[in-house]
Amino acid sequence: MSKINITTQLTIALSGLLAMPAYAAELNLSIEIPQLNVAEYHRPYVAVWVEGADQKAAANLSLWYQAKDTKEGNGTKWLPDLRQWWRKSGRTLKVPVDGVSGPTRPVGKHALKFGDRRSELSKLAPGNYTLVVEAVREVGGRELVRIPFTWPAKAPQAGNAQGSSELGAVALAIKP
Amino acid sequence: MNSAFLFHFLQEHSMKRTAFALVLSLAAIPFTATAHKAWLQPSQTVIAGTDPWITVDAAVSNDLFYFNHVALPLERVAITAPDGSKAEPQNGATGKYRSVFDVQLQQQGTYRIAMVNGGLSASWDENGKPKRWRGTAEKFATEVPKDAKDLKVSQSVGRVETFVTNGSPNDTALKPTGEGIELVPVTHPNDLFAGEEAKFKLQIDGKPAAGLEIEIVRGGTRYRNAQDEIKVTTGADGGFSVTWPEAGMYWLETTSQDGRTSLPQARQRRLTYVATLEVLPQ
Repeated sequence: MSKINITTQLTIALSGLLAMPAYAAELNLSIEIPQLNVAEYHRPYVAVWVEGADQKAAANLSLWYQAKDTKEGNGTKWLPDLRQWWRKSGRTLKVPVDGVSGPTRPVGKHALKFGDRRSELSKLAPGNYTLVVEAVREVGGRELVRIPFTWPAKAPQAGNAQGSSELGAVALAIKP
Repeated sequence: MNSAFLFHFLQEHSMKRTAFALVLSLAAIPFTATAHKAWLQPSQTVIAGTDPWITVDAAVSNDLFYFNHVALPLERVAITAPDGSKAEPQNGATGKYRSVFDVQLQQQGTYRIAMVNGGLSASWDENGKPKRWRGTAEKFATEVPKDAKDLKVSQSVGRVETFVTNGSPNDTALKPTGEGIELVPVTHPNDLFAGEEAKFKLQIDGKPAAGLEIEIVRGGTRYRNAQDEIKVTTGADGGFSVTWPEAGMYWLETTSQDGRTSLPQARQRRLTYVATLEVLPQ
């Protein structure tokens, strides 16, 4: 009995060591866009990214914006309003970014799943990171929430943040 | 505002206007002149697009950034594009209290938008009447009488500027020209955030300017009861740092004087520098 246990643990430990990059970790995220009682409503622009301990952007996960031309110009004109994201990543990116860019989303909870085979997550060196969600709304406000996590996950991790204006509940769950 | 510098701006402008004498007398009163602030205010400093437009106000005022004194004339707008080439202001207009012009940002990177002013000014007595002259060192010999009585000659170099970045910031346009007081960024001028420290260096004619006193005032002065000015002095390497107390459009000014004139008759050279810097919230 004890022999089997030891063998199993050893196997798990070894496979973990050898196969770290291929480890089937999964990052699940729930982002709530709150219902707002305002005269003029536009869906927010939202950026989701990962910052390292140096507070620099380490991976872009999602970017919701309007990519179309309107009479006011292309929707990318307002990307700098996602101020922290723009400063840390956006201004050096060429949008659209494959697998990151997407259209704006309506009020409600949005579930996002990121596997570690996504190139940007797989490039993360082991360490402490912060998930950042920033939302900005035309003729509205801007809000930014942060949830710390460790990558890669050795055990399941969960983190929550509650926005107070432009974001509702934001929940992070990581499965090793 | 340095009186000699303001005088140059206003004199040139008012040559075309009948209010010349009035403005002249205003500019000649040191107190009046020093109380005024010259500035450029861009509609935004961080922007994205293939060729977005911004618009810039140019004025001299007491309060920041309100138009309540005189417009800055547009003749001396100098725009440096991100690749170092010259860009042209568009749709320029001058009203009673302000000038305005547009800039189309056709390149990605940082634009330096400046008004650069300089030259010689002279005053003398001609048969009991005061005479004034302004021009270059070359023209001085032919335009100012050799036997001018009570001749006073001064030289000035002034720069009023701001910075705007389309996309990712770069430093090409920020390279000092080597004339007058210039700001050399350590922190990029379009990367300023509330609560963070920004570092810059000041140079005079391309060399570190130690001991320069700098005044920094946040805009919106009409809605508070104090200037809340920040005063800093450059160190031996010309460097200084400022931690922005809050987001806003900030006006930065420093002045100096020396004897490095281009004409022996001019004993003093006055130097001024003004930058408008936007600080964003965290």
